[in-house]
Amino acid sequence: MDALLFQVLAGLATGGIYASLALALVMIYQATHLVNFAQGEMAMFTTYLAWSLISAGMPYWAAFVITIALGFALGALIERIVIRPVENAPVLAVVVVFIALLVILNSIAGWIYTYTIKAFPSPFPKEPLFGIRYMSAHELGAIGITLVVLTTLYLFFRYTPLGLAMRAVAQNPQSSRLVGIRVGWMLALGWGLAAAVGAVAGMMVAPIVYLDPNMMGGILLYAFAAALLGGIDSPMGAVIGGFTVGVLENLLGAFVIGNELKLTVALVLIVGVLLVRPSGFFGSVHVSRV
Amino acid sequence: MRELRAGYGHTRVLHGIDFAMEPGSITALLGANGAGKTTTLRALCGMVSTEGEVRFSGESIARRRTEDIARLGIAHVPDGRGTFLNLTTEENLRLGAYVRRDRRNVEPDLERVYGYFPRLRERRRQQAGTLSGGEQQMLAVSRALMLAPKLMLLDEPSFGLAPLIVRELFNILRRINQAEGVSMLLVEQNAAMALELADHAYLIETGRMVLAGSAAALKQDDAVRKSYLGY
Repeated sequence: MDALLFQVLAGLATGGIYASLALALVMIYQATHLVNFAQGEMAMFTTYLAWSLISAGMPYWAAFVITIALGFALGALIERIVIRPVENAPVLAVVVVFIALLVILNSIAGWIYTYTIKAFPSPFPKEPLFGIRYMSAHELGAIGITLVVLTTLYLFFRYTPLGLAMRAVAQNPQSSRLVGIRVGWMLALGWGLAAAVGAVAGMMVAPIVYLDPNMMGGILLYAFAAALLGGIDSPMGAVIGGFTVGVLENLLGAFVIGNELKLTVALVLIVGVLLVRPSGFFGSVHVSRV
Repeated sequence: MRELRAGYGHTRVLHGIDFAMEPGSITALLGANGAGKTTTLRALCGMVSTEGEVRFSGESIARRRTEDIARLGIAHVPDGRGTFLNLTTEENLRLGAYVRRDRRNVEPDLERVYGYFPRLRERRRQQAGTLSGGEQQMLAVSRALMLAPKLMLLDEPSFGLAPLIVRELFNILRRINQAEGVSMLLVEQNAAMALELADHAYLIETGRMVLAGSAAALKQDDAVRKSYLGY
């Protein structure tokens, strides 16, 4: 029983990270109707930036905040410079651009920082927090940070005029222009926010998986599975999907299929959801007449 | 508006349209399907590529971006209503006021709009996609009104609505025009209703202006009567 509880809680901790990255995917999907394959590499790259800052002697939390800001800038810049020119291009062209971004970011990180695995610090103490012995302080802290990020985003989108404008642009860009919203800036802002959320996910997962240019490959697969499970156009679904995938992956890995086959769970989920229920649990069904 | 030409890609739809509007008046733009009425409105808002000159309060607005034109106080009630389907009625209305600087007048304006359309108040927390066609049209007009516009462009507000609802909507449009002093440019296929509401009217045929005059005069015109009014 203890072992089960232990696995569930550990699953929730990684699940929170999947949830963040899945949310970033959903945010981009809502605006562009495409899945950003480079989301994981963007997160990886910003985590390296955090590592540089911390290695240069900056206190962890200062580096944390600056990294989020840098992540935001990186996302917004990528939208303005790389994505904007292919705005009206066919779907496959944009997918190729996403994959190119993935490879470019991965190679630049390898070029600057080499492919040697690095340790990344956790801001949380070694001893368990609040005497909770089922979870490490980092796992508990990661869950806490994830929840703060998710709540902030929810409040932003739900209650601020800017958040409302961003939702409007995602739904109906043409109408948004007619009420005077600067659609281009909203899209850049959306990419910035998604990248910032990804940066947090990267910094939270790096102490667990260690820092290397390929660290987000597996994580991104879990995030895809989470986003699809929840419904690729539902932010709430992405979050629930993230936690579900985290727990499922851990339980199956520990008790059923063994750790080596864990990543397969994500792939099976992706294929399974697409076959059985392509809209996920919370996504909307789109029907179009052809 | 002078020598306005516009089109989609290589297809030219408007071949040089000239017309003017007086502030505070209602002008109707009549014509058959495909004559270029909707394109004229889109050209005014910078939604299609245009040539020629468009002036608004003395300022040239041709080839400006749609969002900048909206910020000048030109509110477009588009073809198909442009509802934000997944947002609530009230969120739709607040978006209409998104660019306003006078934030403190937004709440009273919201109340005023609900005064014109009490149905929208009942449905304020409902998803706009669940509203009926008539309610969505009211929402589109209200959203435009929330911009506190100087000019409203109305693209076939009667489209797909029951005759009774159309009458109600047109009565409210008249009240809005009189109470708020908003100029309106009305595109309509329902020529009889449009001429009843409008002060002036223009007739477009295949991208050219063929007739202009007061609404009363156009109502008496034989060609208009035969082709568009049906008597």
